[in-house]
Amino acid sequence: MTRLLDIQNLSVTFGGLHALKDLNFHVDEGEIVGVIGPNGAGKTTFFNMISGMVTPSSGQILFEGESMIGLDPNQVTQRGISRTFQNVRLFANMTILENVMVAQHCRTSRGVWGSLLNTKGFRQEEKEIREHGEKVLGFFGSRLIGYRMDQPASVLSYANRRRLEIARAMATKPKLLLLDEPVAGMNPMESAELTDLIGKLRSEWGFTIVMIEHDMDVVRDVSDRVVVLDHGETLAQGSFDEVSTNPEVIEAYLGRPLEKRK
Amino acid sequence: MFPLTSAVQVKGSRRTTVDWFLVLIRVVLISLIVVGILAFIAQQIDPENAFAKWRNPGANRLTAAQFKGLVVTGLSQGAMYGLIALGYSMVYGVLGFINFAHGEVFMLGAFTGFVTSNKLAEAGLWEGAAFLPSVIMTAILAALIATGAAVLMERVAYRPLRGSPRLIPLITSIGVSFFIQNAVILLFGPGAKSYPSNPEWLQQKRSILTFEVEGTKILVLIVAAISMAGLWFFVERTKTGKAMRAVAEDKEIASLMGINVDRTIVTTFAVGGAMAGIAGILWGLLFRSVIATTGFLPGIKAFTAAVVGGVGNLGGAMAGGVSLGTAEATAPLVLLEPLGVDGVSQLRDAVAFTLLILVLLIKPTGLFGERLSSEDRA
Amino acid sequence: MTAASVPNAAPALLPADTSIDWNRITRFGGLLALGLVFISLAGMPLGLNQRTVIEPVLSLGYLALMWLPFLAGYNVGNEIVLEGMEATKKGPRDLLGGLIVGAIGGVGLSILVLLIDNFDLRDPLVNWSPQLLEFLNFENGVGFGSWIWIPFCGLLGLAGASLQLMSQTMRRAVMTVILAVIVLSVFEFLIIDIVDPLKKVLYAQQGGLKWGAAIVVAILAAAFSLFGREPISQVRSNYNDATGPEKSRQTAVLIGLSVLALIVIPMFTGKITQELLANVGIFLLLALGLNIVVGLAGILDLGYVAFFAVGGYTTAVLTSSNRGEDWPSWFPSEIHWVLALIATVIMAGIVGLIIGAPVIRMRGDYLAIVTLGFGEIIRLLFLSDWLNGYFNGAQGITNIPPADFGIFEIKGTDPRSVFYLVLFFAAISIYVSWRLERSRLGRAWMAIREDESVAEAMGINTVNVKLMAFVVGAVLASFSGAIFATKVGSIFPTSFLILVSIIILVVVIVGGMGNIVGVIVGAFVLIGVLGGPKQPGLLQEFSEYKLLIYGALLIWMMLKRPEGLVPNARRSRELHQDEFLQDAWLKGEVDDAVPDSGDVDGTVAPA
Repeated sequence: MTRLLDIQNLSVTFGGLHALKDLNFHVDEGEIVGVIGPNGAGKTTFFNMISGMVTPSSGQILFEGESMIGLDPNQVTQRGISRTFQNVRLFANMTILENVMVAQHCRTSRGVWGSLLNTKGFRQEEKEIREHGEKVLGFFGSRLIGYRMDQPASVLSYANRRRLEIARAMATKPKLLLLDEPVAGMNPMESAELTDLIGKLRSEWGFTIVMIEHDMDVVRDVSDRVVVLDHGETLAQGSFDEVSTNPEVIEAYLGRPLEKRK
Repeated sequence: MFPLTSAVQVKGSRRTTVDWFLVLIRVVLISLIVVGILAFIAQQIDPENAFAKWRNPGANRLTAAQFKGLVVTGLSQGAMYGLIALGYSMVYGVLGFINFAHGEVFMLGAFTGFVTSNKLAEAGLWEGAAFLPSVIMTAILAALIATGAAVLMERVAYRPLRGSPRLIPLITSIGVSFFIQNAVILLFGPGAKSYPSNPEWLQQKRSILTFEVEGTKILVLIVAAISMAGLWFFVERTKTGKAMRAVAEDKEIASLMGINVDRTIVTTFAVGGAMAGIAGILWGLLFRSVIATTGFLPGIKAFTAAVVGGVGNLGGAMAGGVSLGTAEATAPLVLLEPLGVDGVSQLRDAVAFTLLILVLLIKPTGLFGERLSSEDRA
Repeated sequence: MTAASVPNAAPALLPADTSIDWNRITRFGGLLALGLVFISLAGMPLGLNQRTVIEPVLSLGYLALMWLPFLAGYNVGNEIVLEGMEATKKGPRDLLGGLIVGAIGGVGLSILVLLIDNFDLRDPLVNWSPQLLEFLNFENGVGFGSWIWIPFCGLLGLAGASLQLMSQTMRRAVMTVILAVIVLSVFEFLIIDIVDPLKKVLYAQQGGLKWGAAIVVAILAAAFSLFGREPISQVRSNYNDATGPEKSRQTAVLIGLSVLALIVIPMFTGKITQELLANVGIFLLLALGLNIVVGLAGILDLGYVAFFAVGGYTTAVLTSSNRGEDWPSWFPSEIHWVLALIATVIMAGIVGLIIGAPVIRMRGDYLAIVTLGFGEIIRLLFLSDWLNGYFNGAQGITNIPPADFGIFEIKGTDPRSVFYLVLFFAAISIYVSWRLERSRLGRAWMAIREDESVAEAMGINTVNVKLMAFVVGAVLASFSGAIFATKVGSIFPTSFLILVSIIILVVVIVGGMGNIVGVIVGAFVLIGVLGGPKQPGLLQEFSEYKLLIYGALLIWMMLKRPEGLVPNARRSRELHQDEFLQDAWLKGEVDDAVPDSGDVDGTVAPA
């Protein structure tokens, strides 16, 4: 397996505060990696950094061997990394179909002239955008397609918004998918279903996935490898079983027993 | 990072075409400024200097007295801008939108001054020993009217819009500004209104630290300093001031702490309005003429000053006002004339606008740091 | 999950509060009094008194005061129903409220009468005059004037309030009658211009509807409102219900008919109407361009007039024989209008890029102020002595020749030709807006308007896409500038004040941001009726007050209908997010409360 993403000695500071410190991390092609850690461990900052929304103060991010440092978020997406957000951020007043259509912006190219002259290429491209959009929506069963497609995203239920956000990320045709707490706010049945689908994202769509998740069942079920972050540092990595029995990890989550404190 | 790039939030070292274009603009502007200042220095040393003659064949040495005069003019105008800027700064700090109509509040203050001062002058109270009490009375009246206008504006136009997308109150305030301007034109007529002339003893020049300063400008500076001190005391030392700062930080939390957010916001508008009203009187004393559109340019300039000083930062607003005033007063002769631009005094306002654009382009967070809540910073 | 059934099993509503809300009444009354005094002192009644609405009963001057108590009386009973309360029933207390509110307003005017009679404040207040006193006294002496407004305004308030008590049909009928009479009288010039014989039938010699004609009009309007509404709503619902090809066929017919009307009407009208249409067209072009920038991409550009100015000046420099003297000899001069237009478009695009590039990354409100600054700088440069040799400063560039197309000529003295040219370019602009809105670019603009940082994370190069909106807007504005220069034949910096930007913004906002039809309607209504920054509209008497009205309109629209008169569905959703969600929830469209079963294929559509 080849290295898809390789992060070396990555640090970021906000006003003297280390959000991430000397982080080393890698993802191989076809892997599903779970990122866990207590609140404030720097997980979302970690995602923001990969997706170009935050510039690291030092270190290197290599994607397919090329440095991603200094790229704008849209360039990162263009290279093939797409993400979802912890607090679902859809284009609430665009329709469901438009949400996934607009995500294909960087994969398409027709500009002003094509649309003004309504050229054959333009119509062809619009058709393809639409079809691909319907295809990614169809991945979640019939929930997001049919009459729903032309409704604004704001009418969706919480769980469906999360699904649509994943669909939108899929629509950018990424190689690496970053899922930020994909099952947060879902009931056990829904999250079990989504866990299945995350597996399918790899087996059927061929995405490599990095996932931040608090739900340990989900992490256990889909992750090949788990990375634990705490205070901006990697605390442990390995299979779920290794990590979950690691005393340091337990300590990070549950706190240090009183007598061990200095 | 190179300080000039922070404004456009370049996320790294790789630049797009637009970034290169921006860098080009900056380089051109900065080299123009540097050349202009160098040419000015050259002309000060020797007007016949080849470099000074290069762009401006009519180069002439500026005397020290002229230069000091420019600086004093700049300072007194700047103090006025600073007073207006306080209102912009406070409202932006608390509500997160630009109250475009704040310049109109200032204009209303100046108009109140015009009416009151003329009435007082008719009664013979705008001269001699009665002048100072008259000015104080006029200033208080102007501050009251301006406060009333600002509070009414908040109540009628802005309060219903709290929580709507941030451009909506901005557009509304443009409407308010437009409305007030034209209402004043209709009520008082479109022509320029003059203040009565200032008493002799005020117009005399006095010498302070080798600066020959006209009495009016000293008065302006003193009034501005007193108002600023009063405001500082109010915001930093009183309970209401604390409430204001708390609301600026986070409205929701503040209301959970038992602070009446509505009333605090009204207070903010009132205090900002009072400062603008006083600034209006100062305008009247300095220029002795006011028209309905008087509020527009000082308003924009004061907003620039607020940004220069860092929005939400009161001391910064005052400092921003003073530096903007000085820059505006000196730039035409120090920068533009050595560059060979004709009719520089016409371009004074263009200078102010260019400064505004430069500041927002290069350092939108201001020289002295923004103080905004995180929701407004987005 | 049982929360879903709440709407069905709503708990009993609290009874509505039926006491008289004195607080509200005094507040309304106070505001009304202030408003009436303001209108009087602003000079509106006197300025408008020249114009008669119904001869010899009613002049526009009195109308300017009368509508306000009427409206206040109507609105005082129009309370917001609090959630969980029964809707208040309209009854006598609303009538009482209207009466009192009107009377309080009248007291304001009475006090004004007494004040004017006893004090002379003419020094600061220009309209504090004996003429105003005379007007307010109905030319019957102070004794009469000091009390008559109280019962008069009271009755108007009562009339307004009684509208609330009427059935929907009746209310509509009354409104239609009032509107019909006012519109017919106010649009006198237009109507005579189109159908000359009507002059003798409808209007009195010195202007204004004849009172007999007014009664006939009122009866016709009432009849129409009571019996003619049905077929119209039938047609409309037919159109709304149509789908697919049938709908597009009907739309095509509708568009075809309106275009035909616009082509045919100017052939039968006089110069005044043609001039008016040409002015409307020029501002419509500007508004369509700004609509792309503000409405679609969500960029508040307050310096939009800059592109208008650049378009006008470029055309002027290239075609005029009297441009500045400092232009190098090789620089093309007095070239054909079409060539100049091409150059103008390119120039506008470049200026759009130059202005757009630095500002495009700023946050929205700073961008607004900076573009405003750019708009002023460009005007100041055209005005300055520094560039006097190029643009003639305040003297402007004159001698701009007509655009010569061989068989016909476009020139200012023939406003019809200008209008046709404008129509042609408006068609282009509308097509451009319509196509772009439904393209990849349009979707990207929408996404940026919604959430810029997410749009960027989804692979949209926000800088390029926003710049594109800027440039497209600039190009559309430059069309307008080029036509404007040719129409007027000369060009001055004073035509490009910031207030032009603001008026166009009002047009876009009143019409409905992001809605092409809305913008067209807005331009016709506002520019046509009130007039442009310097161009008179149908209400020529209003030109003194139009800027005030524009300001008031802007505030009122933002407070009450930020989505505009003809809203774009999406935009209005954005602006009324909460209400929309509530409605959708009540209609069962939101699936929030619907149990979301685990099976992938199960349909979760609500019943």
